[in-house]
Amino acid sequence: MSVKVTDLTKIYGAQRAVDGISFEVNKGEVLGFLGPNGAGKSTTMKILTCFVPQSSGSALVCGYDTTTEPLEVTRKIGYLPESNPLYYDMYVKEYLEFMAGLHKLGKITKQRINEMIEVTGLTQERRKKVGQLSKGYKQRVGLAQAMLHNPEVLILDEPTSGLDPNQLVEIRSLIKQLGKDKTVIFSSHIMQEVQAVADRVIIINKGKIVADDSTEKLQSRVGNEIVVTAEFKQVVDLATLKSIKGVKSFDKLKDGKWSFTGEGNKDIREDIFNFAKEKNLTLLHLNKEEYSLEEVFKQLTR
Amino acid sequence: MYAIFKKEIQQFFSSLVGYVAIIVFLSLLGLFIWIFPDSNILDSRYASLDYFFDVAPYILCVLIPAVTMRSFAEEINTGTIELLSTRPVTEIQIILGKYFAALLLVLIAIIPTFIYFYTIYQLAAPVGNVDVGGVLGSYFGLIFLGAVFVSIGIFCSAITSNQIVAFIIGVFLCFFLYMSFGYIAQFSVFVGKNDYLVESLGLSSHYDAMGKGVVDSRDVIYFLSVISLFVLFTRTALSSRRW
Repeated sequence: MSVKVTDLTKIYGAQRAVDGISFEVNKGEVLGFLGPNGAGKSTTMKILTCFVPQSSGSALVCGYDTTTEPLEVTRKIGYLPESNPLYYDMYVKEYLEFMAGLHKLGKITKQRINEMIEVTGLTQERRKKVGQLSKGYKQRVGLAQAMLHNPEVLILDEPTSGLDPNQLVEIRSLIKQLGKDKTVIFSSHIMQEVQAVADRVIIINKGKIVADDSTEKLQSRVGNEIVVTAEFKQVVDLATLKSIKGVKSFDKLKDGKWSFTGEGNKDIREDIFNFAKEKNLTLLHLNKEEYSLEEVFKQLTR
Repeated sequence: MYAIFKKEIQQFFSSLVGYVAIIVFLSLLGLFIWIFPDSNILDSRYASLDYFFDVAPYILCVLIPAVTMRSFAEEINTGTIELLSTRPVTEIQIILGKYFAALLLVLIAIIPTFIYFYTIYQLAAPVGNVDVGGVLGSYFGLIFLGAVFVSIGIFCSAITSNQIVAFIIGVFLCFFLYMSFGYIAQFSVFVGKNDYLVESLGLSSHYDAMGKGVVDSRDVIYFLSVISLFVLFTRTALSSRRW
């Protein structure tokens, strides 16, 4: 078990930022942390990295307790904080050297820094000052810093914010690749990202875990109805449509465009196609709606 | 700790702060003891550095908080304190790394003033007719005083994210601890009863005692205690931010 959180609670004044959450993450697992703003994602991460002490409950990283053995925990963890704070007046290499010094990397410092610069695609920018870099490159410096000491657990708080679409793809695949032999916990509020990268998702809302499952299972959780949209060239009225079998409800979207909800989990696309053929209607578009994580998220955090 | 020490030193000398502090310290002292009419040694006709050791504490009172004001305030303000706190280093290591870096800067500023001492040593008639013991004692005192001011400055920097606030509180605390106990001891409540005790709470009485050329262990222990106290205060200030 790489990370084990039991009954973790953090109270700020009267607010329960994290409210009795428990979860475990295994080695080699990529865990996506989803939740609306202020749900307690960052607070949980700050507790795991020993930056903030919890009010009650316990958090173990590689078997070490975050409150009593912070030095061991911080040695095992690579952390990218949410706002990605960096020393803007340092050069990229200088900054990484400083971080390597804090981890006492010693002889392997140079080699690790060069590796990280290459992995994160900073080669072109390595002689610049951190403050001169664009946001995406700053984010890469933050990632390089987090992975520098080859930690067993990576905790990344919104690692892809501020990246352009190309960088986004690169960083995502990097996280996925890292997840093969490391434990990665990352937070995000982009569903597609979590869907693409994570093996498992934890959705938290108002400090509580509302879902903890694999990405596929979460999707099927709400998707037990089949909704199909169809567009006909001709105007069709409800009375004629009623002849389609196995349809529970009809919703008119536009003149020729309708949305159908099937009975049970029967795929009604075939019936709609046969109906169009029978009535000599031209079918322009036929689509089965996929329930995405977005829908799950909306339902669970409402 | 060494990594932080090194980073702080690099920051001092890559951001002008270090150079400016040293140059201002040396030029102000140089002006006072060689040029300004009322205070310069050449006109006073005495081969003594007493005036130098009278003025230096006041300059340090202002300069040291200026040097230390960014040490934690900036880290808190930009959030980089989160980077430091989530590394395998203890809070005390972070504080001491910053403390010794600032102290080194103060030492680098003080060391060139040996030239003033050497000049007076040569100017004295006969050559070398200077109270060497007194001067050396005063140097020890000045370094200890600087060490205390650094601990105060770092503490003030840890209680706020605003560098200006850290600076102002730092100057006030340095000044208060240096000067005021001598005056408080003169209140009629204390006179004749425990005025000595009250006076010895302040920095100036211990600094003056060292200036006489006697490095008394009581004075050394006093200075070291004040430094440790402020280092511990700094740690409390830092951890209280996380509660």
